[in-house]
Amino acid sequence: MHSRLTWLLLTFGYLFLYVPIIILVIYSFNESRLVTVWSGFSTQWYRALWEDQQLLAAVWMSLRIAFLTATAAVGLGTAAAMMITRFGHFPGYTPFAAMITAPLVMPEVITGISLLLLFVALEQAIGFPQGRGMLTIWIAHVTFCTAYVTVVISSRLRELDPALEEAAMDLGATPWKVFFLITLPIIAPALLSGWLLAFTLSLDDLVVASFVSGPGSTTLPMVVYSSVRLGVSPKINALASIIILVMFLGVFIAGWIMLRMERKRDLEMQQVVTETLEAEAALFDRPPAHVRLEAKP
Amino acid sequence: MNKLAQWRELLTFHRFWVMIIPYSWFILFFVIPFFIVLKISFSEATIAVPPYEPLLVTENDKIQLTLNLGNYHFLFTDALYINAYLNSLQIAFFSTLLCLLIGYPMAYAIAHTTPSVRNILLLLIILPSWTSFLIRVYAWIGILKNNGLLNNLLLGLGIIDEPIQLLYNNFAIYVGIVYAYLPFMVLPLYTNLVKHDPSLLEAAADLGARPLKAFFSVTLPLSKAGIIAGSMLVFIPVMGEFVIPELLGGPDNLMIGKILWQEFFNNRDWPIASAVTVLMLLILLIPIIIFHRSQLKQMEK
Repeated sequence: MHSRLTWLLLTFGYLFLYVPIIILVIYSFNESRLVTVWSGFSTQWYRALWEDQQLLAAVWMSLRIAFLTATAAVGLGTAAAMMITRFGHFPGYTPFAAMITAPLVMPEVITGISLLLLFVALEQAIGFPQGRGMLTIWIAHVTFCTAYVTVVISSRLRELDPALEEAAMDLGATPWKVFFLITLPIIAPALLSGWLLAFTLSLDDLVVASFVSGPGSTTLPMVVYSSVRLGVSPKINALASIIILVMFLGVFIAGWIMLRMERKRDLEMQQVVTETLEAEAALFDRPPAHVRLEAKP
Repeated sequence: MNKLAQWRELLTFHRFWVMIIPYSWFILFFVIPFFIVLKISFSEATIAVPPYEPLLVTENDKIQLTLNLGNYHFLFTDALYINAYLNSLQIAFFSTLLCLLIGYPMAYAIAHTTPSVRNILLLLIILPSWTSFLIRVYAWIGILKNNGLLNNLLLGLGIIDEPIQLLYNNFAIYVGIVYAYLPFMVLPLYTNLVKHDPSLLEAAADLGARPLKAFFSVTLPLSKAGIIAGSMLVFIPVMGEFVIPELLGGPDNLMIGKILWQEFFNNRDWPIASAVTVLMLLILLIPIIIFHRSQLKQMEK
C-alpha cells in the first residue's frame, strides 16, 4: 500500500482542498465586476469592503461573540473534561458523556430550532431573555462549542501521566491546588487550541445564529449569506481573502506559541531528569550532603 | 450501598462545584429544548406571538390537554416531506461513501509518513476547515457556474462545445458536501490508523500475505472504529444540511434541513417545523448512538 497510488491520491486530495481557496484569493484582486473574467489587477474591492458600514458592524459583533464564546466554552469544557477523565465511572457517567458529545454531531438546524423555542418559552414564562440578540447567540454558541472543546481537552488529559497528580496529592496538595499547579499548566496547549477552535466555530456559524438572533443583531456569516444569495460579488471574494489570511496567520502564530511552550516544557523536563541523574550519580561517588547544596544556585 | 457511596464521593465539595455548572448548562440548553420541540410539535399553528396554540388550557377550574397529531399525519401524507427525507438520506449516504473513498487513502498516507511531515500534512487538512464554511461553499459557485472556471477550462481544452450545467443540481451538492466534510472523515481515520502496530503488518508479511491481502485482513478491520467515527461525523450533519443545498442546489433539490428552514422562517409554521425536527431526530437517533458508543470506546482506550 505504500505505492505511488496512495501518494497520487493524497496530492489530489490536497489539490481538491486548496485550489478553490487559491482561486478565490486570486480573483479578489480582479478589476472586473464579473467574478470569472480576469481583466487586470486591482484592490478596489478591498476598498469597497472597508467602506461597508453594515459589514464592519457585523464583523465587530461576530468577534465579540466569538471571544466570549471561546472563553466560556474553555471553562465549561475543562470542567466537563475533568469529570469525564478524572471522576471515574460515576453514576450517570454515560448520560453525561452523551449529553456533552451529542452537539458534536447534531445537525445545526435542530440545535438552532430547539434553542430558539426554549428562548421563546423562557421569555413567555419568566420574561428572560428579553428579545434575542448577543446573549442568546452566545448561549447557543457556547453549547455547541463546549462539545468540541471537551473532546480536545479530555484527549490531552488522558495523555497526562496521573502519577504527577498523585505525587502532588501525596505531598499534601489539595485537589484545587493540584489542578491549578500541576494539571492546568500541563494541559495549557490543549486549552489554547480548544479556545481557538471554539473561536473559529463561533465566528463561522450561520445556521444556529440565524435561528436565535433578533432583528437587531446580525453576525458576519448572516451578512455574507444574504449577499451571496444575491449573486457572486467580488466584494465577498475580498472579504473571504481577508478571513483566510487572518485565519492562516492566527493558526501559524498559535502553532508557533504551542511549539515553544512544548519545547520549553521538554527542556525543563530534561533538566530535571539530568539533575536527578547527576545527583544520583554523585550520591554513589561522594558523600551526599555536599552535592545537593552545591549543585545549582 | 455501593451506588450511594459513589454518589457521596462524587458530591464531595470540590467535585460538586466542578460538576454543577456543565451539568446544569447542558440540561438547560441541550436536553430541555428537545422537550419543548416535542411539545410544540403537538400543538396547532395560529397567527399569534408565538405562533402556536398552548397545549394546556385552564378554563372554569378545568385543565384541558389537547394533543394535536395532525402535524405528524400531515408529514406522512404529503409527498414533499417523504421525498425530502429520502433525498437527504441518499445524499448523506453517498457523500459519506465518497468522503470515505477519498479520505481513507489520504489518512493512510499521512499516518505512514515521518512524524515531522505528518504534523504539517495534518495541519494542511485542518486549515481549510478553520476558514469560513460559507466562503468555502461559495468558492465553488465561481468554479461551477455556466461561465465559470471549470466550464471555461473544458471549453478551452476542446472537451465540450458548449457549457454544461454543473451548478444548481445534485452534482454541485455532492461536490460541496464532500469538499466541506472531508476533514471530518480524515481526522478520526488518521487518529485510528496512526495507532496501529506496524509489527502486525510485518507478521502478516512473514506469514506470506501480500500487501493488499494484509491491508484487507489486518489494517481495514483494525480501523473499524475510525471508519465509524468518521462516517457519523459526516453522515449525521449532512442529513440536516441547509447551507450547501440552498447555495449550490436547485429549487427541486430538496433536503430536509432546507424544508425545516422554510417551514420555520418562510411559512412561520412552528408546529410543523417542530414535527419535522422530531422525526429527523428519531431517524438520526440510531447513528448518533452508534457514534457515541464508538466515541466512548475511544475515550476508554
